Amino acid sequence: MTLEKDERLGIVTSGSLNKGVEVRLDSSASVEDMAVGRYVTIEGQKQRFFGMITDISLGVIDPKLTLTPPDVSDPFVAEVLAGTSTYGELHVLPMLTIGGDAKGLLEGAQPVKTVPSHFSPVKLASQSDVELVFGREDEKKFYLGTPLDMETKICLNLEELVKRSNGIFGKSGTGKTFLTRLLLIGMLQKGRAVNLVFDMHSEYGWEGSSEAGRKVKALKQLFPAKVAVFTLDEENSRRRKVSTDFVVRIGYDEITPEDMVLLRQTLNLTEPAVEAVYQLARRFGRRWLERTLEIKDAEETKELLGELSIHESTFQNLRRGLATISRLPFLEAQAADNAVGSILEYLERGINVVLEFGRYTDVTAYILVANLLTRRIHSQYREKMEKAMGEDSARPVPLVITIEEAHRFLNPGVASQTIFGTIAREMRKYNVTLLVIDQRPSGIDDEVMSQMGTKITCLLDNERDIDSVLAGVSGKSELKSVLSRLESRQQALIFGHAVPMPVVIRTREYGSAESYRDFSTAGEAEQDVEELWD
Amino acid sequence: MGEAERVGEVIEASTTDFVAQCYELYELPPLGSLVRTREQGVELFGVVYRATTTSFEPGRRPIARGRDEASEEALYQANPQLMKLLRSEFGVLVVGHREEGRLHHYLPPKPPRIHGFIYQCSPQEIREFTESLGFLSILVNTHLPIAGDEIIAATLRHMSRVHEDPNAFLVSAGKELAILLSGNFGQLKAILGRLKG
Repeated sequence: MTLEKDERLGIVTSGSLNKGVEVRLDSSASVEDMAVGRYVTIEGQKQRFFGMITDISLGVIDPKLTLTPPDVSDPFVAEVLAGTSTYGELHVLPMLTIGGDAKGLLEGAQPVKTVPSHFSPVKLASQSDVELVFGREDEKKFYLGTPLDMETKICLNLEELVKRSNGIFGKSGTGKTFLTRLLLIGMLQKGRAVNLVFDMHSEYGWEGSSEAGRKVKALKQLFPAKVAVFTLDEENSRRRKVSTDFVVRIGYDEITPEDMVLLRQTLNLTEPAVEAVYQLARRFGRRWLERTLEIKDAEETKELLGELSIHESTFQNLRRGLATISRLPFLEAQAADNAVGSILEYLERGINVVLEFGRYTDVTAYILVANLLTRRIHSQYREKMEKAMGEDSARPVPLVITIEEAHRFLNPGVASQTIFGTIAREMRKYNVTLLVIDQRPSGIDDEVMSQMGTKITCLLDNERDIDSVLAGVSGKSELKSVLSRLESRQQALIFGHAVPMPVVIRTREYGSAESYRDFSTAGEAEQDVEELWD
Repeated sequence: MGEAERVGEVIEASTTDFVAQCYELYELPPLGSLVRTREQGVELFGVVYRATTTSFEPGRRPIARGRDEASEEALYQANPQLMKLLRSEFGVLVVGHREEGRLHHYLPPKPPRIHGFIYQCSPQEIREFTESLGFLSILVNTHLPIAGDEIIAATLRHMSRVHEDPNAFLVSAGKELAILLSGNFGQLKAILGRLKG
């Protein structure tokens, strides 16, 4: 039996605000038609409650029934007992209230502060209810997917989203990259922010591949005028037939001691070796790296080390680390172009930058480059923002920096020192936020996790990862059961700042010609308007 | 409906039940059937819960007479006095009343009067009376001299026959019973077993 959307499911029988309410199913509603993660509305006396099913259980009115089960092969007996002596029970977590009066309608959904009264009727949420809660697609809201078993569009408020740092989590192969690509497209389409993407596996710029091995278009193909592809590995890009806008070269003099702190783990540096970097930098100035590499094993070296009180073995450890860096082909003693300058120039023009790493998927390169560029972009953004605040002029467009393998930048050991830690913690003020993509959220510093505005999480099955993603969310244990039951593909749980309540979505289709059309029509229209103004 | 079928007359009455005598020997209404009588503008409804046929004089018991008769019919024909010496009575449990046109599934203010006429309810009246199932709680909660399960099952079977969808009626009555008998699954099972067919 399929249920009509406006049919009554049952009534509220007990519960609490903290733990959610129990709903006894009517005999006409079968437990087998229910699903964890579905939405229901509860008609209280004064207001309507909007909630999510978080558990489903079976009950009997008399324990004797479980001891001597009736003969349910007789349809008559089965029908009589269903809903009376035996019944289904839903555990519903009320999340929002929708006021019944005109004022309530104007204010929209509010966080729940009480529970519905006894025996309030419960219905499945209708399309219009979901629309009322999540809003329609408009110039701020981007359609990301649909709730389970429904056709309604769940929209994310991108303006709210980019105000804070956000995270996308999930085991590998659960669709993080697809989700990220969708979100980036949303930001491009709605023009609410400019993006700087550190694209470790070259999946966001020109084209990516789906799980099935099919090629899918990425940002540059959909929004050619709004995206610039930068590359660290020109040869690789040429081989993949990707037209790049800029080849990034980094000079030795652009690497500062702070960058080395982040690389401590990957380069296997000791604590004193990192300290030594600061001393060397103080001694040699901007060109410390080049000068340090030039030092020969001679008498004068010993003198120098003695002067700086650096131990011989520490120095060797550091030398080995620096040698690894200097072998990176995109590093040059003297870089011809100013990569940071051109990235900033593009960003200022509202053009999104995707930096492809090509063959340098090695973590050392990724951490070094991402950190180095971000630190300098951040300081310039900060300057601009402060200037804008001082002069009361237009503020720079919000910048969203996307990083993968985020636990390498944001683990408790380095989060307090890296620029990413700083951005995650406080840069909301300066219009720079992060989009963090990671498969081991438990590896990310708690403080950083707690500052994230919106979290989008695909299936996670490690207990620690689930705990760290859900830390501090109300109804944690209920969401936990929802999260661990997500399908391994195309499903994600979204909660936090940009959505009024936690929601499980089936992500919107991506990769077909039709989906591309949906994405770029809006983009092209906007582009035309922009051209008119130029 | 012309003259409703009159089945007897009240000969003993109390608040909860009454006893009626049939006009003709053995012309008893079936067990569990719905009957009505009247008391000063209030129409009383009841369920037949027992029936007896005894001798007029309590001290005189009938004796076996049929040794030389070919059939039971022939026996009664040979002894026409039997029809006058025996009588059939039935007991009715009051389950509701109608006052000023409104049906109530609870006890009437007064019991019926002696010699009140008793009529069998028509299918239409049964359908009206069973629009709601409140009368079941009287049946469930009354201590009768015979097993209540039997009376409840017989009553519901009888009532279901006049409904367009007898099974739907029995299911909804069964659900009502399941709620009334929530603490006594054994009895519920016994009644449900007697409802079919």
